[in-house]
Amino acid sequence: MSPRVVFPNRMLPYLLLAPQLAITLVFFYWPASQALYQSVLREDPFGLASRYVGLDNFRRVLADPNYINSIEVTAIFSVATAALAMSTALLLAVMADKVIRGRGIYRTLMIWPYAVAPAIAGMLWLFMFNPTMGTFAYMLRATGYNWDPLLNGPQAMTLVIAAAAWKQISYNFLFFVAGLQAIPKTLIEAAAIDGAGETKRFWTIVFPLLAPTTFFLLVVNTVYAFFDTFGIIHAVTGGGPGKSTETLVYKVYNDGFVNLLFGSSAAQSVILMVIVIAMTAVQFRYVEKKVHYG
Amino acid sequence: MADHAAAATGSTAAVLGRREDGAMVGINRRSRYIAHAILILGILVVAFPIFYTFVASTQSLQTILRPPLPLLPGDRFWDNYTTAIFGGIGRIGGVGVDTLLFNTTVVALGIAIGKIVISILSAFAIVFFRFPFRMFFFWAIFITLMLPVEVRIMPTYKVMVDLGLIDTYTGLTLPLMASATATLLFRQFFLTIPGELVEAARVDGAGPWRFFKDILLPLSRTNIAALFVIMFIYGWTQYLWPLLVTNRNDMNTIVIALRKMVSFADADTEWHLVMVTCMLAIAPPVLVVLLMQRWFVRGLVETEK
Repeated sequence: MSPRVVFPNRMLPYLLLAPQLAITLVFFYWPASQALYQSVLREDPFGLASRYVGLDNFRRVLADPNYINSIEVTAIFSVATAALAMSTALLLAVMADKVIRGRGIYRTLMIWPYAVAPAIAGMLWLFMFNPTMGTFAYMLRATGYNWDPLLNGPQAMTLVIAAAAWKQISYNFLFFVAGLQAIPKTLIEAAAIDGAGETKRFWTIVFPLLAPTTFFLLVVNTVYAFFDTFGIIHAVTGGGPGKSTETLVYKVYNDGFVNLLFGSSAAQSVILMVIVIAMTAVQFRYVEKKVHYG
Repeated sequence: MADHAAAATGSTAAVLGRREDGAMVGINRRSRYIAHAILILGILVVAFPIFYTFVASTQSLQTILRPPLPLLPGDRFWDNYTTAIFGGIGRIGGVGVDTLLFNTTVVALGIAIGKIVISILSAFAIVFFRFPFRMFFFWAIFITLMLPVEVRIMPTYKVMVDLGLIDTYTGLTLPLMASATATLLFRQFFLTIPGELVEAARVDGAGPWRFFKDILLPLSRTNIAALFVIMFIYGWTQYLWPLLVTNRNDMNTIVIALRKMVSFADADTEWHLVMVTCMLAIAPPVLVVLLMQRWFVRGLVETEK
């Protein structure tokens, strides 16, 4: 950084930083350190005493079939949500890039679900598809299909994926549209003049040049599917039926608050922390690359 | 209008590359019609869940419970909405949607304004002053990005209980006011402000406060607006946090209350009121997005950098 002109005050900068630092200390660093500390302790069943158990909590968590199950659930859920949300958004963005009239209106009509809370997105889908009163559930059953997401695991999973992806389309759409507009039109026109059809142009020019946007969105969508969808799971399925939609974040919450397994919950928190750190690192590495690219 | 997104990302290539009339070589009329058709279909799919809920919110409970739902709104609009807003809802202890909307507005505004104030002050300190441990503090703020609530649920809850912040507006907002993203954004922006401006201000005898108020704030207006939209939506759509720190029905945010109202096991769920609450939970942030669309797009793109 080049030497900047600055103000000479000595105390003022600390005062300016104080509010932010106080909040991060009390509500971020202190609890995070407590999670680390508790992850190596085990409480007795009455919560009266706890003792040091080393990495035992981690060993138990990672050997627990329920935890392995929730890793699988999270993986399926994240991959499916990201794939569905991104492919739909890409299709729509490519179409929006083609039209001349009505672009602004299309964009406006496409972006507003961003403002819908994930939990509410889940409920909207549940209204349409729940067996008691959902019109689509009614129609599915009328065709003879045994639809009941409240009892059938894979069906519940399908429902939460649809809801989670639905909510994320608008976000991906905006970024894909911006990415498409940043591709020099001369490149595409040159290929068109050379006789490449629309499909060919898309796969050989547009799609490779969109790679930075796609990769960026992949990271963002994965983070979203991991963390922000807690509301959908909690509001729609509660991790059920059985444990078929119990994601990692939902399990941390459930084991801590409902099952009161503090040591295990803390160990799971620490594992999640490692995952977030890895994801953030990937995200920021990529951002640096984008600077070179642009 | 059409090039908002491009302008927001600052991609001049997009603006320059497009011909005056917007038409592109190699895209014929037919494929453009198909594009319109797919877009309209896409918009219908995106909008349908909300339309469905809106229709349901204007029907009587009996109609809702007897699928299929009619395709057009019914005649209970006023009845349902006034009952939900002013009458109170049984399953959440008779709290009306007016209280829930009030709580959620306080939370969303509190978080958005709090984040902006706290972050702009931090960025101001980091960019325009030199002091020991400056970069240490910067990284301390930055690393909070890696510590979302989800990875420290139990201990944070304990802190809230110890501080007596359960069921308070402070508890709902204060812990979410720290913001690495906003601080980074303001820092990035402040770094582009030429040093001559600071120098000129100092020569004219302006202190840091004066400089902040008369130069920095007016220059940051666009960033503040963009950030406000994003943070308002962030605050409005919070789930895990209000779930943790509220027990009392009259302190719930609307999203959490909605979760409490819905039960598929019980027959006494007042679905028509649930649908109304759902619509009212969706409307304010959607309006903010639509009315402040320019800032919204900008904020979204900026905060992800």
